[in-house]
Amino acid sequence: MQTTDVLVIGAGIVGAACAHALAQVGLSVRIIDARLGGATAAGMGHLVVMDDNPAELALSKSSLDLWHTWAPQIDAGCAFTACGTLWLAANEEELQAAHAKRATLQAQDVACEMLDAGALARAEPALRTGLAGALKVKGDSVVYAPRAAQWLVAQAAAHGTVVVEQAEATQIDGQTVTLRDGSQRSAGAIVLASGIHAPQLCPGLPLRPKKGHLVITDRYPGTVRHQLVELGYITSAHHSDGTSVAFNVQPRPTGQLLIGSSREFDTTDPTVNNTVMARMLQRALDYLPGLADLNAIRTWTGFRAATPDSLPLIGGHPEHPHLWLAVGHEGLGVTTAPATAQLLAAQISGGTPAINPAPYAPARFAGLSTP
Amino acid sequence: MHIVVNGAPLQVPAGTSVAAALAQQTPGTTRTSVTGAARAPLCGMGVCHECRVRIHGRTHLACQTVCTEGMSIHTDVGTAPGNATL
Repeated sequence: MQTTDVLVIGAGIVGAACAHALAQVGLSVRIIDARLGGATAAGMGHLVVMDDNPAELALSKSSLDLWHTWAPQIDAGCAFTACGTLWLAANEEELQAAHAKRATLQAQDVACEMLDAGALARAEPALRTGLAGALKVKGDSVVYAPRAAQWLVAQAAAHGTVVVEQAEATQIDGQTVTLRDGSQRSAGAIVLASGIHAPQLCPGLPLRPKKGHLVITDRYPGTVRHQLVELGYITSAHHSDGTSVAFNVQPRPTGQLLIGSSREFDTTDPTVNNTVMARMLQRALDYLPGLADLNAIRTWTGFRAATPDSLPLIGGHPEHPHLWLAVGHEGLGVTTAPATAQLLAAQISGGTPAINPAPYAPARFAGLSTP
Repeated sequence: MHIVVNGAPLQVPAGTSVAAALAQQTPGTTRTSVTGAARAPLCGMGVCHECRVRIHGRTHLACQTVCTEGMSIHTDVGTAPGNATL
C-alpha cells in the first residue's frame, strides 16, 4: 500500500490550501479528489473580512493577510483583484451598523473608512440615489477560486512531495482510505476537506446544505468598481430557516458582473428556482437599477456546507485519532482556506497555530464526541 | 432582404437567422473572447451564448434572431469600450 504523511480528501479551495500548507511544513501529501464539484466551483470567490463574532474575524483576517502575501505571485488566470468591498447602508440605522463595523475592524487593524452619501455616489455612480453611505474595506478582494485551487496545488508540489489522484474515496478506516475501485491508500494523517460531500465519509458531521443562486452578465467594464454588499446581508445571511436574498454584486476582471445572493435550506435540488431568482434580481435592481438593461448569460446554483454555529470544523476528529477535519466553511471557504490550512498544518505537525484553534475545534459539537 | 454586417451590405433570403447570415461572411465569427479569440455559434439553440451580437444597440443571440429588412448587426459585443451593449 502506498503511504504518505498526509492524505487530503478534496481538492477544492480548502483541500488545496491544506495540501499547500502541509507541503510547506515538510510533509508528503497525497490529494484524492473525485471531481464531484462543490462550493469552490459554484461560488463568487469573494475574499472578505467578516466579523459576526471574534472567531470569524480572526480566521478571515488571518486569511486575508495570507491571500495578500500570495497575490504578487499568483498567476493571471486566478484573476486576483483587490477591488475592496463597499458595505452599503440604505438608511440611518444601517449607517450606525456601518460605524460599529468600522470600529470592530479597525480594532483589528483592518483598513477601512466611511463614505458619506456623496462620496458613495462618486465611488459608484450606478447605485440608486438616496443611500445613506457605506463602509469601504480596502483589502477585500476577489479570485477565480477553481483556478486558485489549482495554483495552490501546483505551489504545494513545488514545495515538496505531492501526489494528486483523481478517485473517489468511499471509506475511511483508521489510517486507511478505500477508493471506489477497492484499492487502498494509507497515511499518517487523513484530512477530510470534501465540503458538503464529507458526511458520506464521516457520518454525524453537523453539516447542512445551504443552496445559493448566482447570475453572471455579459461584459460591461467599469459599471461597478467595488464588490457591493448591502449591510442587510449580515442579518439575512444567518437566517437558519426559510429563504432569504440579499444584494451582492461583484465586478469581475472580465468586465462581467456576478450577481447574488440567496439562501435556502432543506433542499438539495440543484435546479435554478425561478421564484428565488426573481426575488434576488429584484433586490439587486433595488440597488442598481441599471442592471435591468444588461444581459445575463448564465445562472447556476451551488450548496454551502453550513454548520449550526456558522463556524467551520477545523481540527482533529474527537473520536478518530488520525482523522482531521477542514469542512463546514459555508460561504466563506475561499476567504478562509489559507488560515484554515495553517491552523490544521500546525496542529498536525506539532507546530504553534497562528490563531487560537479552540473556536473551530470539531469537539465543540456534542454529537461528534459522544457517538 | 438587405442587411448590414459591421457596416458592409449583405443580401440574404427571408427567414435567414443572423447566425446563418454571419456564416456567409468572412471570417464568419460572432464575438471576441476576453483573450481576443474569435468565437462562432456553437450550440445553435440559445444556450451557449457564444453568438452574442449587437443589433440596434442591444445584445442578441444570433442563432435565435431572424434577419429583418435593413437590420444592422455588429460583432463587437464584449470588445466595445465602456459598455458592451452600446
